[in-house]
Amino acid sequence: MLKVRVIPTLLWKNFGLVKGVRFDSWRRVGPVLPAIKVYNTRDVDELVLVDIIANLEGQEIDYESVQDFADECFVPFTIGGGITRLEHVQRLLHAGADKVSVNTAAYADPHLVEAIAHRFGAQCLVASIDARLMEDGDYLCFSHSGTVATGRLVEDWAKELENRGAGEILITSIDRDGTMQGYDLRLVEQVVRAVNLPVIASGGAGCYEHMREAVQEAGASAVAAASLFHFTESTPAEAKKALAAAGIPVRNNFRSPRP
Amino acid sequence: MKVAIIDYGMGNLGSVRRAIAEIGGSPILVEKPKQLASAERMILPGVGSFGDGISDLRRLGWADEIHRQVNELGKPLLGICLGMQLLADRGLEGGEFQGLSLIPGEVVRLDTAGCGLRIPHVGWNSITLTGSPSRLFDGIPDDTDFYFVHSYAFRAVNQADILAYTEYGIPLAAAISHRHVFGTQFHPEKSSRAGLRLLQNFIEYKAC
Repeated sequence: MLKVRVIPTLLWKNFGLVKGVRFDSWRRVGPVLPAIKVYNTRDVDELVLVDIIANLEGQEIDYESVQDFADECFVPFTIGGGITRLEHVQRLLHAGADKVSVNTAAYADPHLVEAIAHRFGAQCLVASIDARLMEDGDYLCFSHSGTVATGRLVEDWAKELENRGAGEILITSIDRDGTMQGYDLRLVEQVVRAVNLPVIASGGAGCYEHMREAVQEAGASAVAAASLFHFTESTPAEAKKALAAAGIPVRNNFRSPRP
Repeated sequence: MKVAIIDYGMGNLGSVRRAIAEIGGSPILVEKPKQLASAERMILPGVGSFGDGISDLRRLGWADEIHRQVNELGKPLLGICLGMQLLADRGLEGGEFQGLSLIPGEVVRLDTAGCGLRIPHVGWNSITLTGSPSRLFDGIPDDTDFYFVHSYAFRAVNQADILAYTEYGIPLAAAISHRHVFGTQFHPEKSSRAGLRLLQNFIEYKAC
């Protein structure tokens, strides 16, 4: 049976990990490599690492660091930030990424999504959407780490990303990000209904109950969290125990000794 | 143990290389078919589409050399994900393509195969061993979770070639083997300890 994944999200800025509230007020969390080592040792389901300033400053991601991080990671590793060309994807995959996450560049150049899916397969492309709830009740997409309104409706954009070949959708609520008040379930459900792809809920997890809601009430295939794991005693393993207690299938870690 | 990882421009080669090193093997990323001669084991990784994959393998001379290494020299081969699918006789992704024909079968889209769930099939899924004798799953119990990410499935001609199933709406071939050719639909290099164990079994495998 397919398991629901619990995914720590790591936001990478300059030399360390950070976490903000509503994509702002960044707090330093600590260095990247030790965090990845810990998550790998704890055998998490998957890791997502996003370079949050690569796009803002028009830089390319630091491939050498990515290779150092990937060397410590034996679970699926998704990397995002500043991907604007096929060549960036190739270099990330060579450095040890398993999947790439594309967000900002897709709005300006939707063909990039098709090109990546065609060249490297849908399974390696996580399309990331950052959304805000507008006063009229619509959810709109924002690019450049939440700073630029794209004018696109989340539902329409999610469908377009699916049609262009994305393999998964990572939907983040900017309003809930870092607040730990719970995922925006209406937003997650809207995306789950719009596409036939696995949907990863992100933004707002403050306790395990929020994760249960995202799965059982909104239909998410996976739940991502940052603040919950950075700033509280909560761990992915405990989260999975809580989900299992609610009847959600989660992965059991392999018990045999390492070869 | 020298393990050749075939670099035909497709796939998460870095992850495969790192996993082989972790279990004590000597990974070599090979970019030319003739380099396969120096290795004792071969891994065909791959993400991407069947048509692109097989045409690159043929155009760059990999297909012939892989056949020679497997059939004439008896060298064990492991195909991972798309690499497993390319072992089939034919693939039906974006047209119809002839595969490497190393394990009898064909590759079809999950919904064509009868799966009504979200596609791709992404995440950790448990396997059920069929009992077909193989060393590949030594020390790996039934119901172990492995990491899958794929939209197409391998339909094997011979049930005896299927080592393990996984369930995603319908039963899917999770691992196959035919003589000393192996394939896993899941990614052992990304399946944490269980995956490393499977790779260890592969590099320690000895043809009888």
